[in-house]
Amino acid sequence: MASVDAQLARNTYDRRTLDWYIDKVMQVVVFIGGISAIIFIIGIFVFITMEGMSFVVERLDVVEFFTSEYWFPSDEDEPEFGILALIAGTASVTGLAMLVAIPFALGAAIYIGEFATGKTREYLKVLVELLAAIPSVVWGFIGLTIMNPLIIQVFDVPVGLNVLNAGIILGLMAAPIMTSIAEDALKAVPDGYREAAEAMGATRWQVIFKVVLPAAKNGLLGAVLLGVGRGFGETMAVLMATGHSVNLPTSIFDSVRALTATIAAELGETAVGSDHYGVLFTIGIFLFVVTFMINLTADLVVRGVRKG
Amino acid sequence: MFETSELNQRNRKTQKLFQLLFMLMTMLLITPVLIILGTLIYKGGSIISIDFLFTHPTDGMTAGGIFPALFGTIWLVAVALLVSVPVGVAAAIYLSEYAPDNWLTRVINLAIINLAGVPSIVHALFGVGAFVIFFGFGTSILAASLTLAIMTLPIIIVASRESLQAVPQAFREACWNMGATRWQTINRVVLPNAISGILTGVILEVSRTTGETAPIMFTGAAFFLPFLPQGVFDQTMALSLHLFVVSTQVPGVPEELPYGVALVLIAMVLIMNSISIAFRMYLRGKKKW
Repeated sequence: MASVDAQLARNTYDRRTLDWYIDKVMQVVVFIGGISAIIFIIGIFVFITMEGMSFVVERLDVVEFFTSEYWFPSDEDEPEFGILALIAGTASVTGLAMLVAIPFALGAAIYIGEFATGKTREYLKVLVELLAAIPSVVWGFIGLTIMNPLIIQVFDVPVGLNVLNAGIILGLMAAPIMTSIAEDALKAVPDGYREAAEAMGATRWQVIFKVVLPAAKNGLLGAVLLGVGRGFGETMAVLMATGHSVNLPTSIFDSVRALTATIAAELGETAVGSDHYGVLFTIGIFLFVVTFMINLTADLVVRGVRKG
Repeated sequence: MFETSELNQRNRKTQKLFQLLFMLMTMLLITPVLIILGTLIYKGGSIISIDFLFTHPTDGMTAGGIFPALFGTIWLVAVALLVSVPVGVAAAIYLSEYAPDNWLTRVINLAIINLAGVPSIVHALFGVGAFVIFFGFGTSILAASLTLAIMTLPIIIVASRESLQAVPQAFREACWNMGATRWQTINRVVLPNAISGILTGVILEVSRTTGETAPIMFTGAAFFLPFLPQGVFDQTMALSLHLFVVSTQVPGVPEELPYGVALVLIAMVLIMNSISIAFRMYLRGKKKW
């Protein structure tokens, strides 16, 4: 009994019980978890830079890298490391994908957010969420087996694996995600705005075009940017649907090759530490930096609307 | 008496027109995907059987089942969850319960957004550089799962944070007033009230991890293995990579085989996702506060 009394007496003055220590330890544990995302993002940059560094320092000719269209990284005598054609491949596919995705995603977001009501709205939202969940390798497979013969048949071209195919596939992939984010942006516009406009006698579409869309402008732009980032970084679908041939595209029926797909297709064949291996990691650094910029811009744009 | 003016009628017409236009756009977004899913079921449905799910591939992967790929995917997802769930939930607890509104929190949020936005193939490069080479795990389930865990971390953080923040502040204040420490409050009051929301996020993460292909290509998944993995340092086959392999790398595959693999993969992903969504709706309906 005495010891219990002593303990109680001590507790009165000293807060450092077992629970107090657990609390302190957990605070540290949780803090480490909290900064883990920062650690990982720095880790990603450090490790891909580490693997690509020797190539960047010893072999990289920045001008040639970005302006040459010749990509023969595994040639034994005269390897060529120009990624212009790969950038053109990625840009053309992403560009076409955005042309497909942006109008439909924004249209769908406006319909789901502003017109649809009750059950219809719930069902549509669930459907959009499920569409966003389809894995990219399945999209690539669809491009390969369903879109490919379809394009050959409809447009009477010899090869159906091209910019058009990958652009449509990527557009269908990016649209549900953009729809969800855009719909969130519309939802963030206070109902008071809508009610005020309606009280002035505005019709539904006037409310949407003159009040809601301008108010949600930044959020919608953020949604578009995130869609661009998504398309830019997509790997498996573009690997399977673009035709994978190094090419500066002149029409949407040309086969191209994307930056991401190049890494996916070639990394397995390279020896660790070789120039070819190094250049693939250098492309990785480039991809990392560009997506980082896109995400940062999207974040700043969306944040802008919250302040205003 | 209340005759509608010409302007009014014109406005109403425009509104109808726009409503129709936007509905059409929504439908155009959804229908192609439904047609595609229908095609997958139509072409791949015939090959799906118990045998297909539980036997090894034979004849150079042109016949037989997908068991090693299915088994490998379960391994990869399970090990990835063991890492990402504790780390992700800890991060969510920090962000929801401790984080002050300062620059560090903003940097953490930015890091989370970027972690989700970095291309999957860059995650693969990171996995190769860090886990396969630097930490010396080799191409193994461990390396692949760690790569997957880091890649899908944002999903679990965002879902858990939302569900923690949905617990009313009064619950915490009541607990603090009783003299409980911060951790006691989190452990006994906040987490039990948020656990089902966190579970929703976990299921969503399982669905996402199942479908990922690029991050595991060079870190631990093999095109073909004659045996099943025995531990985390073995390589494994995976369902998502198997779809890529049978549809692009293997000649002479009968047409319905890749359709069957695609159907199994997409079914796993969509079923997991639907469970997560249904669970979320059920919780929303049941919420007491």
